[in-house]
Amino acid sequence: MARELRSESHSDVCLPSHAPCADNRVGTGSALKSGRKNGVIVPEQPGKSAIEVRGVRKVFGTGDAQVAALDTVSVSIRENEFFTLLGPSGCGKTTLLRLIAGFDFPSAGEILLHGQDIAPLPPFKRPVNTVFQNYALFPHMTVAENIGFGLEMLGKPKAEVKGRVAEMLKLVKMEALSNRRTSQISGGQQQRVALARALAPQPKVLLLDEPLSALDFKLRKEMQIELKRLQHETGITFIFVTHDQEEALTMSDRIAVMSSGKILQVGTPWDIYDKPAERFVADFIGETNFLTAAITGMGNGKARATLKSGATIDATVAEGFQPKDNATVVVRPEHAKLTSGKGDLSGTVENIVYFGTDTHIHVRLDSSEAFTVRQQNTRSAGCGFERGDKVGILIGNDAAQVLRD
Amino acid sequence: MESAEEVAKDAARREIRDRWLLSAPALIIIFLAATGPLLIVVIYSFLTPGPYGDVVWKFSTDGWLSVLMQRDIFDDTLTFADAHLSIFWRSAKLSFLTTIFTLLFGFPTAYFIATRPARQRNIWLFLITIPFWTNLLIRTFAIQEVIRNEGIVNTVLIKLGIISQPIQMMFTDFALMVGMTYVYLPLMVLPLYASMEKIDFRLVEAGYDLYANRFQVLRRVIIPLVKPGIVAGSILVFIPALGAYVTPRVLGGSKNMMLGNLIELQFGQGRNWPLGSALSLSLMAIVMVALLLYVRSVGRQGGAHG
Repeated sequence: MARELRSESHSDVCLPSHAPCADNRVGTGSALKSGRKNGVIVPEQPGKSAIEVRGVRKVFGTGDAQVAALDTVSVSIRENEFFTLLGPSGCGKTTLLRLIAGFDFPSAGEILLHGQDIAPLPPFKRPVNTVFQNYALFPHMTVAENIGFGLEMLGKPKAEVKGRVAEMLKLVKMEALSNRRTSQISGGQQQRVALARALAPQPKVLLLDEPLSALDFKLRKEMQIELKRLQHETGITFIFVTHDQEEALTMSDRIAVMSSGKILQVGTPWDIYDKPAERFVADFIGETNFLTAAITGMGNGKARATLKSGATIDATVAEGFQPKDNATVVVRPEHAKLTSGKGDLSGTVENIVYFGTDTHIHVRLDSSEAFTVRQQNTRSAGCGFERGDKVGILIGNDAAQVLRD
Repeated sequence: MESAEEVAKDAARREIRDRWLLSAPALIIIFLAATGPLLIVVIYSFLTPGPYGDVVWKFSTDGWLSVLMQRDIFDDTLTFADAHLSIFWRSAKLSFLTTIFTLLFGFPTAYFIATRPARQRNIWLFLITIPFWTNLLIRTFAIQEVIRNEGIVNTVLIKLGIISQPIQMMFTDFALMVGMTYVYLPLMVLPLYASMEKIDFRLVEAGYDLYANRFQVLRRVIIPLVKPGIVAGSILVFIPALGAYVTPRVLGGSKNMMLGNLIELQFGQGRNWPLGSALSLSLMAIVMVALLLYVRSVGRQGGAHG
């Protein structure tokens, strides 16, 4: 399937063919035809990045009522990448997506698609397709007509549209419902049709605006796997917008965490989770313990941090960290160990919460800070601690990260 | 003792009786106000005209025959006459054109209103309905003031030296079209707006996103979605336009007659009430057939949406 899609794209207006090698994340695009067809730009030289956002600002309103939805954002999204924009509502992630799609135009800055500035182009001249939050399927068309719409607008011959629609229906497993109206199918099915419709014209970049938020939990899990499969099979760059940190971690190749119109950190899920740069990132993703520490030494990319308890630990350092006396150190609950003996920290067990796979033990440190330890459960009864126990907490050498703010 | 079955039957009977009682006022009004007069018209169309208008209670099919034929005054033979037919045709043509023009002007207007911020829309809608506040006759005379030979348009054009002689606009089909389009425009804008307001504008974005340009989005996304409004608006404009009376009388003059004027003529100067009745009923039949055909053809294209 993947091969078919890619080889076909050679003749296609809007897709560069991806070299079907195992690791095309490096961006080895094969020789391409270039030029303009149907007003859609075909790049001459696909660079390493599919989308390059350079110093983009988006301001809504005028005068005193101006609000910067995006405050000078720069990010580079690689070819073939599953890239996620993650952040709470109002952080500007959807605005950025709309700028890339062309529904809005930036107040300043450039958006490059394979090296060409697409910021001034209307959406119908961008080889970029969108899966909308509520799918936005055309209610006056059948499933097949919806999927074929983009190709039809590109002026493809009828036979090609038909073949491609059949292929897409198969890809999203909707062959049986091709003649249904979109109002006659379920939410999950609508989701698949929306995906097929956006993928059918073989865009260079697929934008997904919280496409799973309307689905129930089980369906969402299914669609997450489905999306990953589709991305892998089609080899198209996906830019995925979500506020669900778990979704972001499980699906993405790389994540950009956004807040108040700014990108705070870009990295792999592992980077974002284990090496958060800022308090917001650490707090937004997963559960974290924040500790205040004095930085007593730097070296080898690590910092020597002295905690309030007096213990000293080695911690990795966030990028852009400026050495200072007092810094915030984060430790994930599952990276700390509880002991009845002496640890790096000491405190009293306040609460024990059982989660089935693991147990959360909330400890009030002697320094009066709160600290949570997550302990994997075994079949032996209990976690070994009782409320009110005096405990020590061990923090391994690789468990802590110093934030830059 | 009544059995449970009988009690239930009794209750059902009572319920039916109550329903009839409750709907009685509405039914009486429907019979008296709608069906009654219509029945009188049907009966009149089969009677003989009286010498000073009114009817003589004597059965005759002359009223109906005169719709399309002419009785020779000397030998009483019936020959086909196209005078009425041409007026029917003219009315249908002008009403159709009125519908097209109101649609052409009304569509962008409704779109404009529907895309304003929610608070502004009511102001625009209010402005659209303002003409309804003034009597139709007065509005029609106002148009006459604009387009007559000594009217605003001609005066300005002559003053500017663009023309030396006034352009004859009054008593032409052009005048009629201007008047009718103006009068019926709100009837098109309002249903169109009601449909457009319901459009999910993300669908428009989806259209753009899928490589449709502005014209294609209009044709493939917006128009199909507002089709119910187009149908409703067209019906609301076409039917009254077909029976229009004041506008053709004032702007079209006596030569450019429409159906409404023809019917009025039979009840007035013509003193031929049976013919007038027959013409009215023919008009009704045409409207019903046209409506049926229109709704059916739209339904076939549109499918289940709406």
